[in-house]
Amino acid sequence: MIAHVGRSAVAGIKAVGRFGQFVSDMVRALSDVATWGRLTPVQMRRVGVDSLPVALFIAAFTGVVLALQASYTFTGTVPLYFVGTLVGKTMMLELGPVLAGLALAGRVGASMAAELGTMRVTEQVDALETLAYDPQSYLVVPRVLAGTAMFPVIVALAILTGILTGWLASLLLLDLSTQEFIKGLKLFYRFKDTWFGLFKSATFGFTITLVGCIVGLGTRGGAEGVGRSTMQAVVYSAVLLLMLDAFWAMVLLR
Amino acid sequence: MIQFQDLHKAFDGKQVLTGFTLDVKDGETLVIIGYSGSGKSVALKHVVGLLHPDAGDVTVDGRAVSTLDRPSLAALRREIGFVFQFAALFDSLNVADNVRLGLERRGLPADEIAERVREALALVDLTGTDDRYPAELSGGMRKRVGIARAIALRPRYMLYDEPTTGLDPVTSAVMDRLMVRTREHLGVTGVVVTHDMRSAYTVGDRIAMLYEGRVRQVGTVEEIRQTEDPVVRQFIEGRPS
Ligand SMILES: Nc1ncnc2c1ncn2[C@@H]1O[C@H](COP(=O)(O)OP(=O)(O)O)[C@@H](O)[C@H]1O
Ligand SMILES: [Mg+2]
Repeated sequence: MIAHVGRSAVAGIKAVGRFGQFVSDMVRALSDVATWGRLTPVQMRRVGVDSLPVALFIAAFTGVVLALQASYTFTGTVPLYFVGTLVGKTMMLELGPVLAGLALAGRVGASMAAELGTMRVTEQVDALETLAYDPQSYLVVPRVLAGTAMFPVIVALAILTGILTGWLASLLLLDLSTQEFIKGLKLFYRFKDTWFGLFKSATFGFTITLVGCIVGLGTRGGAEGVGRSTMQAVVYSAVLLLMLDAFWAMVLLR
Repeated sequence: MIQFQDLHKAFDGKQVLTGFTLDVKDGETLVIIGYSGSGKSVALKHVVGLLHPDAGDVTVDGRAVSTLDRPSLAALRREIGFVFQFAALFDSLNVADNVRLGLERRGLPADEIAERVREALALVDLTGTDDRYPAELSGGMRKRVGIARAIALRPRYMLYDEPTTGLDPVTSAVMDRLMVRTREHLGVTGVVVTHDMRSAYTVGDRIAMLYEGRVRQVGTVEEIRQTEDPVVRQFIEGRPS
């Protein structure tokens, strides 16, 4: 029992050590601009294409549901224009970043883990090294930068989409006028609502792509290993994303 | 000169190399034979620092590979061409771009890169395949692109990991001829890992057998053919025990 706990602790410490090493290698590779500079736009396009449709799809339906739930909850005691407040705040602060983030974990994180995992087990990563490239600056930096930069953009579009469908639902299903919806939307709005959601999104994008790269490059054992890595990347990044979400709420919203 | 010096390597407590010692002389082609899983690829990867030894080291012209810092290791890798078992071509790049990638890293002028790509593909008889992708090529063609990618860099050493494994006899003979041609053309020192004895006899000057983590016997092709060692005999004759 004690031996088991000891072994787990040692394994845990080693994992943290490997993670730290990976991140410090990645930071060092930032100086190799010549390599990652031309590869980053390719990855940005890919992150956008992979995640934008699903993020907007989710946001569109969420906006409608939020409007209807708000009106259902208020039942006449709270003025109806608060629907605008609730839709706006919830989309910006929480559901925009988190739902899009979970979708991104499934799409982008998984595809990066599968791609880098395949490259690892087919020795393409070794081949890159023998050609005197650093896999960090050739593979990891472009992906992590792309995730960090693109994700706030995707989330911003998702938030706008959710507010738009929330407004349409209010207009068509709740007899709420446009003026009233906008009045509610502006009511408790603070600039922090915007930057908090987008900053959070950048950290989600960073985490998801970093986990995808670490898990992918750590793949062992053929096609089966690639499948295992893909699954692990989704699970780890989703769990980390939710923990990070709670962390930012505690640090920045109190 | 490449020297494997008392190399030890274990994975997850499983000993693979246990005192592997072998010298590769300048200008020769040395063949390392041994059973699947005996650690031939592991030994080869230590030469370019893809694996880190538990003890011992590989020296290349006196440089101990595991002690090199990043710039020196990069410089060393520029002198060594590595041909991977399954070619390890980049799926997302076409044939010409696969060959070009290492040249771009050297910062050569564009016209010299184009010339070297053309020349390397011609040397492996793949002129005109520039725009094809690895997934569209046969196994033998992929391996030839892998050779072209390495020789375009004009290395002093060439390391081949199982160049003929999985190929039909005729394609294997083509690969053997290419290795001989590469050596004549570039004057490279070569290490070839294989368990294909026909290939070993064709391309090798000397042959070493890796067995249970060490060199069991090393000698000229003739010496190995005449060996009295029962383990080596059994392997080269392909007899089940
Ligand atoms: N990166 C690695 N991690 C764990 N085990 C490995 C690794 N590389 C090789 N091995 C193990 O080392 C042994 C020798 O492998 P290898 O050198 O590929 O054999 P071969 O002689 O067929 O080339 C095998 O048992 C293999 O499973
Ligand atoms: Mg092997």
